[in-house]
Amino acid sequence: MIKAEPDVGDLEATARAVRREIVLSVAHAGGGHVGGPMSAVEILTALYFRVLRIRPAEPGWPDRDRFILSKGHSAIGWYAVLALRGYFPAAELSTFDAIDSRLQGHPDMTLLPGLDMSTGSLGLGLAAGVGVALGAKLGRQDFRTFVMVGDGECNEGVVWESAHVAERYELDNLVVVVDSNQLQQFGWRDPGTGRRLPPYRGSQLRDRWAAFGWRVLEVDGHDIASVIGVLDQASAMQGAPVVVIAETVKGKGVSFMENDYSWHSRVPTPDELRAALDELADPVPPARDPLPPAPELVGRVAPVTADERG
Amino acid sequence: MALAAGPALRQVFGETVAELAREDPRILLLDGDLGSSTGGYIFEAAHPSRYIQSGIAEQNMLAMAAGLATVGYQPYISTFSCFAVARALDSIRVLIAQPALDVKIMGGYAGLLTGMTGKTHQMLDDVAIMRTLPNMTVLAPADQTEAKQAIRAIAGISGPAYMQITREPSDVLFGAGYRFQLGRAVTVHDGCDVTLISTGVQTTRTYQAAEILAGRGIGAAVLHVPTIKPLDEAAVVAAAQASGLVITVEEQSVLGGLGGAVAEVLSDRFPVPVKRLGIRDRYGESGPNEQLLDKYRLSAARVAEDVEDLLRVRGRQKG
Repeated sequence: MIKAEPDVGDLEATARAVRREIVLSVAHAGGGHVGGPMSAVEILTALYFRVLRIRPAEPGWPDRDRFILSKGHSAIGWYAVLALRGYFPAAELSTFDAIDSRLQGHPDMTLLPGLDMSTGSLGLGLAAGVGVALGAKLGRQDFRTFVMVGDGECNEGVVWESAHVAERYELDNLVVVVDSNQLQQFGWRDPGTGRRLPPYRGSQLRDRWAAFGWRVLEVDGHDIASVIGVLDQASAMQGAPVVVIAETVKGKGVSFMENDYSWHSRVPTPDELRAALDELADPVPPARDPLPPAPELVGRVAPVTADERG
Repeated sequence: MALAAGPALRQVFGETVAELAREDPRILLLDGDLGSSTGGYIFEAAHPSRYIQSGIAEQNMLAMAAGLATVGYQPYISTFSCFAVARALDSIRVLIAQPALDVKIMGGYAGLLTGMTGKTHQMLDDVAIMRTLPNMTVLAPADQTEAKQAIRAIAGISGPAYMQITREPSDVLFGAGYRFQLGRAVTVHDGCDVTLISTGVQTTRTYQAAEILAGRGIGAAVLHVPTIKPLDEAAVVAAAQASGLVITVEEQSVLGGLGGAVAEVLSDRFPVPVKRLGIRDRYGESGPNEQLLDKYRLSAARVAEDVEDLLRVRGRQKG
């Protein structure tokens, strides 16, 4: 029997749960990134709970759609979604960034099944996605490839190398989502106000993708129904790769984290964590301890051998 | 004995990978707009739909290769060693070496002899850099027979590999009966006064230096190291034990390459004096091949001179 797809209301609850897991995991780890993962939550949730053709119990399924998180510093957001989607127990999220953990600070495909590419150095995930999509075309396979990049990440020149090659090979099986949260780690300073400026001004980002021959779609990246709709629309477009520019808010979901570049990689204090969890609580709070005890570590990183110790 | 002239390794590369691709549908060639120089054009003619052009965009090319490897392909990279290793090192490190993906990086125009292009194109530290990447296999074959077998050997392993491919015709060192073994060094010249350890096409010149030395009554063994990583430590240690003096010779910087690898192993396992011949801590320049080899003291005659000088100094020290 085919299981009914969750409705969008369910997905909004899922997105809140993902955000809770992000702030909890970063607080528990005492490090990591917050702002970028929070802006990507609805997009990741839409992908994994509705758009991607996947089998969570069979993460290596050859016909699965591929997803690459090029903005690898948002790993905890990806892990939280994968856990809630059933790839691994949610309890393991509290091993994020811990020694021996499968949940590395940036995604490591050699450790955690379900990660289609290791990333961490910005700009490279799209190039890998171009290879994956090209491979699908060469092998006449019908899986699709989705790559999420940040708007700040588009500063990297290699993004545009890859954009060019994707257009040359007419990779209409490739969809890029730009998590356009308008803040990079530090960026340019407005000399008048002292505020941090967005990575691109006005329509610059969409104009550049369009100039590279890509179909450009835009969406409110926090409206799950719209995100699902635009990703389905992007998947159906033919003849050229498609980019979806998702307007998002860095730190989305916690008022004091939103639009503040300092939350790029800040760790919440215990008081801030409580306040964040209050804001992210479900209308009817679930009967669960908001601060779960740390589970056993699941060690997968190769131990240091006697030979390596010298 | 003088060595006969053979074809350039770039031609061997193009032919061998094209031949392998006939047997293995997973093989692709990715080019950074240099196929007409690297030998890639031979593959393109044989398998046009499996020749992927990245344009002049090496960071993309190497990362794209990683993506292709995740969906079952075995991509080979066609570009110059300088652009693969120096320009695209981040793609190699994060997307190929760290996940140990099956990408074969063929570093064209390796060494000093790059067709009069000069220091920008003379990548004299590719071996030094690539051998420090965990999971990476690093090779530098000497001639066509070895290069052909070495390419087949890396095709047979799943994981990243880097191989030097040179531009100029290289002399024939190995006969038809030679059997290359991945990770094994091979003695190509006997002698008991000193051991020369050499790699890549430089070994053809080091061999000829040993012949010159033999004519002067000096017995120089030559250990050829086509696989720099994993290094054949046992062979290096045995060579040091046999002669008590090791001289490394490479068409590379003396910092960190074969000489570095040999010095590291011997300092751990059998400390003997190690002298490293190669390009000192400096960049190259453009110029005719013979003059480059002469100036940077890598011709057979210059290597023989330097070995003789070192032995004379050592003899004085002993006395």
